[in-house]
This record gives sequence, C-alpha cells and structure tokens, in this order.
Amino acid sequence: MSEQLVEEVLAGRRRAVARTISLVEDDGEEARSVLAALHPHTGRAHIIGVTGPPGSGKSTLVNALALHFRAAAEDAPTVAIIAVDPTSPFSGGAILGDRIRMRDLAGDPGIFIRSMASRGNLGGLAWATADAVKVLDAAGYDLIIVETVGAGQAEVDIARTAHTTVVVEVPGLGDDIQAIKAGILEIADVFAVNKADLEGADHTVMALRMMLDLNSGGAQTAMHHGRLIKVVTDTGGDDQKPSWRPPIHMTVATRREGIAELAEAIRAHRAQLEHTGELARRERERAAAELETIIQHESLRQVLDRTDQARLASLIDRIVQRELDPYAASQQLLQP
Amino acid sequence: MTDRRIRVLIAKPGLDGHDRGAKVIARALRDAGMEVVYTGIRQTPEMIAEAALQEDVDVVGMSILSGAHMALFPRVMELLRQNDMDDVLVVTGGIIPDEDVPALNEMGIRGIFGPGTPTDEIVDFIRENVA
Repeated sequence: MSEQLVEEVLAGRRRAVARTISLVEDDGEEARSVLAALHPHTGRAHIIGVTGPPGSGKSTLVNALALHFRAAAEDAPTVAIIAVDPTSPFSGGAILGDRIRMRDLAGDPGIFIRSMASRGNLGGLAWATADAVKVLDAAGYDLIIVETVGAGQAEVDIARTAHTTVVVEVPGLGDDIQAIKAGILEIADVFAVNKADLEGADHTVMALRMMLDLNSGGAQTAMHHGRLIKVVTDTGGDDQKPSWRPPIHMTVATRREGIAELAEAIRAHRAQLEHTGELARRERERAAAELETIIQHESLRQVLDRTDQARLASLIDRIVQRELDPYAASQQLLQP
Repeated sequence: MTDRRIRVLIAKPGLDGHDRGAKVIARALRDAGMEVVYTGIRQTPEMIAEAALQEDVDVVGMSILSGAHMALFPRVMELLRQNDMDDVLVVTGGIIPDEDVPALNEMGIRGIFGPGTPTDEIVDFIRENVA
C-alpha cells in the first residue's frame, strides 16, 4: 500500500498528498517508510516561511502572495501552503482558521492548502511540518509557503525549515527596544510591514531599519540627541559572509498593495542564496537540525518505551520529594 | 505510537451569514480534542469538497440556515464521491425541516442536528461514527 501511495504522491495526486500528510502527522510506521521513499525526490522547491505576531495578517499576506505568484504570465509556479495554528494545551484539539483568509485561492488546481495543528510543539511549527514540506516538495510544488502560528519573540523554528523567512510586523506593537531584542527579528530575510495604511507604519519601518543598521558591520550613523553621529562597529574583514541586508516592504495585504515588491524580494533572496552558495550551507544546516530533532524525539521514545511506568512514577516522586535531582534521574533512565 | 486525531471540516455553504452556530460547534469539537478546520461563510460545494480533500478530514460538518440545503448538499455529496471520499462522515445542522431528513439520509448525510442539540450529542455521534 505504501508503494502505491509513494507513486501517487510523486505523480502529484492531491488525494495521496493529503493522506500522506495525515500519515506523517500521526507518525506511524507507514509514515517512516513513505518518507524514506520520498526523500530522494525532495530538495527542489523554494520553501518560504511567513511568521509574525497573531493578527498581523499572515494568512491574508500568504493569500495575496500566492495569488501574485499564480498570476505570472508564463510558467506560473505551483504553490503549496502549510498553515499552522496552535493546539489547545488542555483538550489537544485545535481550531484551524487560516483558510478563511485564503478563499481567493479556491478552485486553482495549482494550489494546495493544508492546515496543521501545532500538537504541543513550541517553536511556532508542528513536529510534522518539516515532513509535510517534504511530501509537498516530492509532489512537485515549486513554492511551499509555511505560515507559522502567531509568533512573538522566540518561535524561530521556521528559520530552520525555510530557505527564505518573511517576518511580518505591524505598526503599533512596542517601542524601538523591541526591535533590538534577540529572536524573531533576527531570522528575517525579508520584512513585511503589513497594515501599512495604519498610523505609525513609518515608525515601524524606521525602527527595523535602525536595528538592521546596528547589525551590519562598518561605520554607521545614528541620531544621538538630535545630532547625526558616526558609530563605528566591527569592520573585521568578514568578506566571506554573504551580504544580504533584509529589505523592508510596506504592504496592505487586504488591498494587495506592495505584494509585487514583496514577491520580488523573496525571489531575489532565493537568487542570492543560489549565487553565493548560501543555499547549500543552509540545506546542510537544515539537515543537521533535522537529524538532531529526530534523535531527540527517538531517544525519548526509546527511553519511555523501555522504562516501566511504575519505575518512572517512583523516580518522579523522588524528584518531587527532593531525594533525587532530575539530572541524576535522567542518567538512570538513559543508561539501559 | 501513533498520534491520531479526528479532523473535521466545518463549513457554511450558501449565502446566509449566520455563523454563530458553526462557531459554537467548532469550539465544542476543539474542546473534545478534535482538529477543526474552519472555512467561514459562503462556501460553494466545490470549495467544501476541495478543502475536505486537501485537509484529509474524517468529517464534513455543514451549517446552513438559508433553506438552500436541498440544492447544495447533493452537489457536495457528488463532489466528495468524485474525489474518492465516500468514507467521509457528513453531518449537518442549522434549519433543516423534518420532511427533508429522509432525503438527506438517502444522500448519505447521516447526522442531522437541529437547534438546541446538546453539543455533547454531536461529539458522541462523531466519535462513534468515525472509522
């Protein structure tokens, strides 16, 4: 049955693609063998991540981007979308509502949309998202857009999954200091300041620009008490480092303003990745991160499978009673 | 160790914009541990069948208050069949006159839940009928 499914996925059959994504989400034995068979056929798609705070308009932006890509006069790329929404920590259920904003895409056979619940994963994606991307890649989709759950500061898994990460910001969230904190802003290859018709959009763009100025090496200028001063930062001849300064684009996704420019920036980033050899480096990094995650997942599963419930419960009791520390307990479990 | 969850599509076919009931159901199913794909109002049968296919759902739930169910539902069922999705459980709610129930059952729509149905009853029905 697996073999037939693999063949149908490779032929781009939508029903097979959808069923295979469910298989990898549910993480059974069959999923492993199907993924193994699909693996050699992956690596062709351009994977685009879209992340940003809840309500910043990610789904609407994805809708507008997909429409734009599909409207190309010739050789319009096929587009697959994975939209991740949070799973309830209490019931394990989820409401996946991103399709509401993507109704313009209905009826286009060159588009495939899949909603995915995060199922307890905290990095902004689901555990199975990377595998679902592989299924869509093997099925031949040219562009795969992955929309994360509404992300704040620390949900940066997308940067390890996507080739090009678009960070969506909106006017009016926080002050300049938010822009220099670590985290989500650092993973951006392209910025979209969405809802740019709202007051304060210019300020958001300025804060992002200032952050980028602080990031890049070389002499910088900054406003200091109203006077323009020169700030010298690290200039240590780092010529090997690919120089890509994330462009900032203002968009109003509901009116499809600024979308062509944003799409062009995404294309330009991909071209730059290929041109500088950065693509190969990122692919390698991605493979390393993926392997590490699988090892974590697998070793946890192995330990839990071979540990008897009563022993586990008694170790936990001893940790709570302060007779044993959790590191020592984990050592006991890790040694077979 | 599989991690199987029941996936449900909640859609509002037709032109009425009264989505309160659909949202209440979506929330109740979420609280019962299901993954609910919510597509919003004004869905055509084509949109519903396409979403059901891409999302690989176990259940399609349609809420309709406009009275157009006898016009829209046969088309939804036909499209699901064309997509090789005859095994999907189809349920409906909203304003469905009693005299239409036999015809809907005949079409393969198995759960019909009118106003005032306790949400637990719908949850139980889905759990019992999803293979």
